[in-house]
Amino acid sequence: MSNSQHLGRQIEFMPGNEVVAEAALAAGCRFFAGYPITPSSEIAHHISKRLPEVGGKFIQMEDEIAAMGAIIGASLCGLKVMTATSGPGFSLKQENIGFACMVEAPCVIVNVMRGGPSTGLPTQLGQSDIQQTRWGTHGDRPVIALAPAYLDEVYTETVRAFNLAERFRMPVFVLIDEVIGHLSERLEIPDPSELEIIDRVGPNVPPEEYIPYDSSQSDVPPMAAYFSGYRFHMTGLNHDRTGFPTTTQSICHSENVRSMRKVEDHIAEIEKFENYLTDDAEIGIITFGSSARAAIVAIDDARQRGVKVGMLRPLTLWPFPEQAAFELSKHCKTIIVPEANLGQLIYEVQRVTKGNSEVVGVNKVGGVPIYPGEVFDKIVECSGKK
Amino acid sequence: MPVSLKLENLLRMEHLPHMWCPGCGIGIIVKAMLRAIDAMGWDPRDVAVISGIGCTSRAPGYLNMNTLHTTHGRALTFATGFKLARPDKQVIVISGDGDATAIGGNHLIHSCRRNIDITEIIVNNNIYGMTGGQYSPTTPLGAKAATAPWGMVEPSFDIAKLCIGAGATYVARGHVGSGVQLERLIRGGLKHKGFAIIEALSNCHTQFGRRNKLSDPIELINHIAAKTINVKEAAKISPEEMRGKFAVGILFQEEGREEYCEAYNRLIQRAQATLH
Repeated sequence: MSNSQHLGRQIEFMPGNEVVAEAALAAGCRFFAGYPITPSSEIAHHISKRLPEVGGKFIQMEDEIAAMGAIIGASLCGLKVMTATSGPGFSLKQENIGFACMVEAPCVIVNVMRGGPSTGLPTQLGQSDIQQTRWGTHGDRPVIALAPAYLDEVYTETVRAFNLAERFRMPVFVLIDEVIGHLSERLEIPDPSELEIIDRVGPNVPPEEYIPYDSSQSDVPPMAAYFSGYRFHMTGLNHDRTGFPTTTQSICHSENVRSMRKVEDHIAEIEKFENYLTDDAEIGIITFGSSARAAIVAIDDARQRGVKVGMLRPLTLWPFPEQAAFELSKHCKTIIVPEANLGQLIYEVQRVTKGNSEVVGVNKVGGVPIYPGEVFDKIVECSGKK
Repeated sequence: MPVSLKLENLLRMEHLPHMWCPGCGIGIIVKAMLRAIDAMGWDPRDVAVISGIGCTSRAPGYLNMNTLHTTHGRALTFATGFKLARPDKQVIVISGDGDATAIGGNHLIHSCRRNIDITEIIVNNNIYGMTGGQYSPTTPLGAKAATAPWGMVEPSFDIAKLCIGAGATYVARGHVGSGVQLERLIRGGLKHKGFAIIEALSNCHTQFGRRNKLSDPIELINHIAAKTINVKEAAKISPEEMRGKFAVGILFQEEGREEYCEAYNRLIQRAQATLH
């Protein structure tokens, strides 16, 4: 796409990674720092060309850790920011992700997942970072992770990632996998006027009255930018509402709990999922990303054979749509969780379905996506209609 | 050199006294930095001071400016985001030797290479103070540390040479025995357009001195001062005579090399010109 001005809705045919970059620009991203890593690199390729065109800045940092630090720095100065990475790079970023949570810096981190552990399968698919996204950095912190499966969703969910980051002052993850990042398909890009764009809330008090973590009105404290005339301190240490370090147990505890509430108390606003033929389902499928694209084909085939199967597809992996999964489990004797790993999301499904259903995985690693036939076979096996 | 009476405006007086040990050199270096900032006539609202982890990295909390205390070794990465977001503002990083040259070594050399307009003050006290006296990349050969009970076996970095080699365009070295000289060297770095490094040789009598028969702060400061030699004098003596000595003053300065943010702004202009 060479033109930055969309006139009305535009039909495009482009790869997922470029969709991420274009959506970020539409959301207002004006700073990107990254480090080369497959299979996410095309996001950096595309945005390094496009950002200067809109007056933004791209920098390729010396390592993944540096890229994460740079986007937090630019965010604290008031810009909307993003980085993109894959498996090993995501591991490297974890400490600074925790820092962004601690100082409550809005930022978007895209992880185009590949096979692992370690260097693993750099150019091939994996859905290997589901639990790393939830638990990767040390300590307790809220998590929002979006997992679009189709490229029009990649666009809208990337925009939403920026909105959620700004709204809740926290890192937001976009988890796609190698297949979604590299496939090209037709998508409809909304006119900019149709997009909801959310900006962080600034202070409504003069600098001398500003308290950086004043949560008296909201669990999301109003945020001043550095160099805006408001002088304040931020630290990765536990801190009180003034932003200065404290070791007072009651304050450390209550501030940590407050940060968790930013997500826990706004589930309805954050959570997103899609139900496909679940109303009468006796077998449920819960999956996401490229595995969901395979599952939907398998479901259609199984329905033709008379198997009552349907799918809950979370677009937010974190927070996981607990209630929707629980409802599904009430009428499904079996829930199948296909994922291109050896069993990660399945732990969450088992937890939230509270034993209502037998929960079984369809798991495959080694670099190729889960195929429709593999999900179909599991559906047939679970239905007893061999 | 007149001592400014306005330094209190640059301090968060309500957060003092500081947490450093009595006699610590960091106080001398921070004071030199504040006097240099004051001498520049900058509005403190336009100045950011960013740090990583360690004793030195606690300095920003006491300064009434835009201050950020980041993760270990990574201050320069955050500072790079600051400077690119606001090239019109002043960005200063203050780090210890372990923070800047061990865990943060990669960011140090690449900031030098980019020539981004950030001034970094490295407080080199040859030890990890806060974590309990472990050896750092600048602990002298043979010196004792919590993790070098038999004496340091690794050679040291020469921080100034490292930065010159990596492409910094202003490299100076001072020491805690002369706050006035330090102020002048820091001011030179603040004035300089490009990446500036000021290495400040400092005393950690608590963690370094105590293990090396230099536990008295004045004695250790004198010991450091005795090892320094003015850069002009250093040029006159042989490498053999320089062994164990540290040249102080402005060691390297190159004006005219394009600063990173300016280069990037030109890139933006080129990119936007192709659209019209």
